[in-house]
Amino acid sequence: MTLLAIENLSKRFSSGGRKVAAVSDISLTLEPGETLGLVGASGSGKSTLARILMRLLPADAGAIRFEDKDWLALSGANLRNRRAKMQMVFQDVLGAFNPRATVASVLDDPLRIHNIVPKAERAREIAALLDRVGLPANYAQRSIREVSGGQRQRIAIARAIATKPSLIVLDEAVSALDVSIRGRILELLVELQEERGISYLFVSHDLAVLRAVSHRIAVMDAGRLTETGPMRQVIENPQSLAAKALIGAVPRLVTEPTEGPSHDV
Amino acid sequence: MRLLRDLVRTPEGAIGLGILAALMLVALFAPVLSPGDPLRITGRALLPPFTDPAFPLGTDRLGRDVLAGILHGTHTSLAVGLAAALAAIAIGLCVGLTAGFAGGLVDEGLMRVVDAFQIVPSFLLALAFVSVIGASVPVVVLAIALGAWADPARLTRAQVLSIRERDYVASARVIGMHPAEIAFREILPNALPPVLALSAIIVAAAILTEAALSFLGLGDPNVVTWGSMIAEGRNILRSSPSLSIFPGIALVVTVVGVYLFSEGLTKALSSRRLEP
Repeated sequence: MTLLAIENLSKRFSSGGRKVAAVSDISLTLEPGETLGLVGASGSGKSTLARILMRLLPADAGAIRFEDKDWLALSGANLRNRRAKMQMVFQDVLGAFNPRATVASVLDDPLRIHNIVPKAERAREIAALLDRVGLPANYAQRSIREVSGGQRQRIAIARAIATKPSLIVLDEAVSALDVSIRGRILELLVELQEERGISYLFVSHDLAVLRAVSHRIAVMDAGRLTETGPMRQVIENPQSLAAKALIGAVPRLVTEPTEGPSHDV
Repeated sequence: MRLLRDLVRTPEGAIGLGILAALMLVALFAPVLSPGDPLRITGRALLPPFTDPAFPLGTDRLGRDVLAGILHGTHTSLAVGLAAALAAIAIGLCVGLTAGFAGGLVDEGLMRVVDAFQIVPSFLLALAFVSVIGASVPVVVLAIALGAWADPARLTRAQVLSIRERDYVASARVIGMHPAEIAFREILPNALPPVLALSAIIVAAAILTEAALSFLGLGDPNVVTWGSMIAEGRNILRSSPSLSIFPGIALVVTVVGVYLFSEGLTKALSSRRLEP
């Protein structure tokens, strides 16, 4: 059963009287427990697609089916209730949290709004969520400004899994992090996926990151989908110009030794 | 509480807070410091100041104690100033929050109303309002608030417009938070600091407007105010200037105290925002 099906989705922005197609005619599917890496250069429309999917922006045309229901037709309280099943982790580890929030209040919000556990057990559930993402339970009392970037992203992940979603949209979720922390956050995400069968739509401009976590990769360029396929196929044998350009842009400091007599010393 | 500590650390804030605290105490304990109605006749008329220990600041044309008038006037000035500013900020916050959050036609409509109130000079508006409805403390408060709510409304709207695009508001929507809760718990507390800094200036302006209304005889005739005392002394300004000077000094001290407090508050808030 397909978890998510995006059909012919389009979105235009008008800037200074000129219409710019941020997303045009995109169709994608996502299976349960699968990670789809969505890659593209800056301004290719991948974040816009993620925000339309999260119902943060309205779509101009097209349809989204999520868990076999028309996702774009939901509104008001229905939409707010169903949001529990589709969560998001943002890129900006500082901007994604209310500056006045504490770690506990960040995790308490989804538990309270969706009534995940009875009120008396919320503190224990918060501790369990913190433990699951690898943070000590006594972090709950801290202000969100007192924890580091990597820890904040762990808290964002804990908030996202609090409502037991079936899909998490990760919008450049590790781009703002230190390279040394990045790997551990990716490991955590993969662990959670294996444990709970969550699907990820992983939006990134960094192919090295997507290579580590994606099952399939979709390449976007100027609002259009230029290529989709299994991760290995797209990376090793890119068909579209946009994909080739992105792969060519991955920095390589050490050139791999090529076979041939000219290199023999 | 952290804000209070930051506030006292700036010299302006400490002095302003000191002056305001002293005035508050005077306002609260005026009935103890000088018991009885300050408007009653207690002694010989036009007693000069510093001559009779029973009337340290002398008496006015009708033989009313000037010191008692000033002590009790503190209560009126502060109460009217604070109530008017509170009302203005409450209206401004609600209008600004609604306009910024709703956007579209609601925003356009509300902002045109704000424009209308900003175009009319606030003192004339208060004057007309009190003349038509009649002078009493609640009417004076409302009249001053009507002329002062437009600025906080505009500021709040600007703050809301900037904050609602932040990721943490998107994050609140993503977890399914109700729009009213987003407005009051996520946006409003973060939009508040600059409005708070503006509020002190509104208090100062409200105190001055109240004094001016009383000076023109449009204050509540049943309570003593600094403005009405200055007006009272105006007729005999050349022979007994002290009757106008003492309430004038009280007014200046109060307004300077409020301004210093506001200055300190602004500094405390901005130093706080610089923290990581």
